[in-house]
Amino acid sequence: MGRVETLLNLEDVNVHYGAIWALKGINLTVGEGEIVSLIGANGAGKSTTLRAISGIIKTSSGRISYQGEDITKTPAHDIVKKGIAQVPEGRRIFANLTVMENLELGAYIRKDAKGIKQDMERVLDRFPRLRERIGQVAGTLSGGEQQMLAIGRALMTRPKLMLLDEPSMGLAPLLVKEIFSIIQEINQDGTTILLVEQNARMALQIAHRAYVLETGRIVLEGSAQELAKHEDVKKAYLGG
Amino acid sequence: MPDLLQQLLNGLSQGSIYALIAVGYTMIYGIIQLINFAHGDVIMVGAYVALGCALMGLGLIPSLAIAMLTCAILGVIIERVAYRRVRPVSRLAALTSAIGVSLFLEYTMMYFLGADIRTFPAGFFPERTYSLLGVTINNKDLLVLGTTLVLVIILQYIIYRTRTGKAMRAVSFDGQAAQLMGVNVNSTVAITFFIGSAMAAAAGLLYGIYFNTVQPLMGLMPGLKAFIAAVLGGIGSVPGAMLGGILLGMTESLVAGFGGSMYRDAVAFIILILVLLIRPTGLLGKGVQEKV
Repeated sequence: MGRVETLLNLEDVNVHYGAIWALKGINLTVGEGEIVSLIGANGAGKSTTLRAISGIIKTSSGRISYQGEDITKTPAHDIVKKGIAQVPEGRRIFANLTVMENLELGAYIRKDAKGIKQDMERVLDRFPRLRERIGQVAGTLSGGEQQMLAIGRALMTRPKLMLLDEPSMGLAPLLVKEIFSIIQEINQDGTTILLVEQNARMALQIAHRAYVLETGRIVLEGSAQELAKHEDVKKAYLGG
Repeated sequence: MPDLLQQLLNGLSQGSIYALIAVGYTMIYGIIQLINFAHGDVIMVGAYVALGCALMGLGLIPSLAIAMLTCAILGVIIERVAYRRVRPVSRLAALTSAIGVSLFLEYTMMYFLGADIRTFPAGFFPERTYSLLGVTINNKDLLVLGTTLVLVIILQYIIYRTRTGKAMRAVSFDGQAAQLMGVNVNSTVAITFFIGSAMAAAAGLLYGIYFNTVQPLMGLMPGLKAFIAAVLGGIGSVPGAMLGGILLGMTESLVAGFGGSMYRDAVAFIILILVLLIRPTGLLGKGVQEKV
């Protein structure tokens, strides 16, 4: 990738869960328009990184900046207003609310009724299955549909940067492909993506750049193509 | 037959008051998983505020409005001062804090206003009775039923038709996910206390008029009963709390009306024990279900 405008920047970010040192000095940048993947094993700190960016957990030191502004201490509900949406691990849709209400909650921070309506249409065009189930309680959706709802809900915040945490988890291979191509589409429409995945093969396929996390540290970084060929990555994450 | 109808009517009134209290219990539990044991005492404060208004010559509706607003604010303060800081520590800490708030409210009232039983001035709500099909209908019954109906409709509207209500339901399902949507969890919790406590204040006024009693410990029993009603309906479920309240009121009334008035309270607790044994999630409560 050529030089792009930096959208998100993490400098020496540390996170502790009680006595556990979960992130050990993470440095990471995401440029405007990129898809950046964060790969690594279970417990490496991938989700923690996203949660720290979203303000769901507190950092113990370091700095997170977004569009040049320090957002390290910004509360989670204000981070969304700045244009950072997260599709959390396990989808975390509101199972007791209807599909429609879930999408409306995505637009909770917005006041532009017209824009909300347009975005709602756009999301429902992108996910026709959600349109079919619009009045249904979200808990009755299949796993794949729930993932689409979670992505749709995040899109309703009209994000500049979308953080996706394990969007492929628990989905059949065909659905995984579908979800990943949707992520690419969203990116082509102008949303920057930071993607956390255990499915390293898929993640490297669609990403421009990637970071490899191991026990709270970034051990490798580079273009996705480079990393896909890297011996260590192949051995550890791509099955040889 | 008229006897049965009479008991059912009494039960309906009594149950409506339970229902108004129970919705507050259940909403607060739904959003922060705390049994707010001070909730019953908010009823008492509401009754005293309404009584004060009545003594100053205010009418029923203004007294009700002032009591609801005062308690709504009291509820928000209770949450802010006594629960917010201890909530993340442990549920037990918050529960202990709730018991502390309960005692604080009871004995502060007793200290300043004495333990005497007070009553609403005679002209505040002049009693009238009507007779229909052999059933005596008191206008107190109509007041209780009417007020409850109006408040429940407003509550349903807020919860299911407004942006705030949507946020409340989202937070009660998954606070973190709601935060990721830009919902401010703390203010949503505060709003829940505001609404729940306003409902409790209305119940306090109704209770004070219905039983012609206002005293510092008056919230204890209805508070406990409403808690049972909330568990019976399925704690966390607003329609469940209403249903539980009505069912409990009716059951108590039937037991009392047919010779078992000594066992009225016992029956309520037996119901609690049976629900916990047989169907811990209550009548309308949903078990935890997650899709992977």
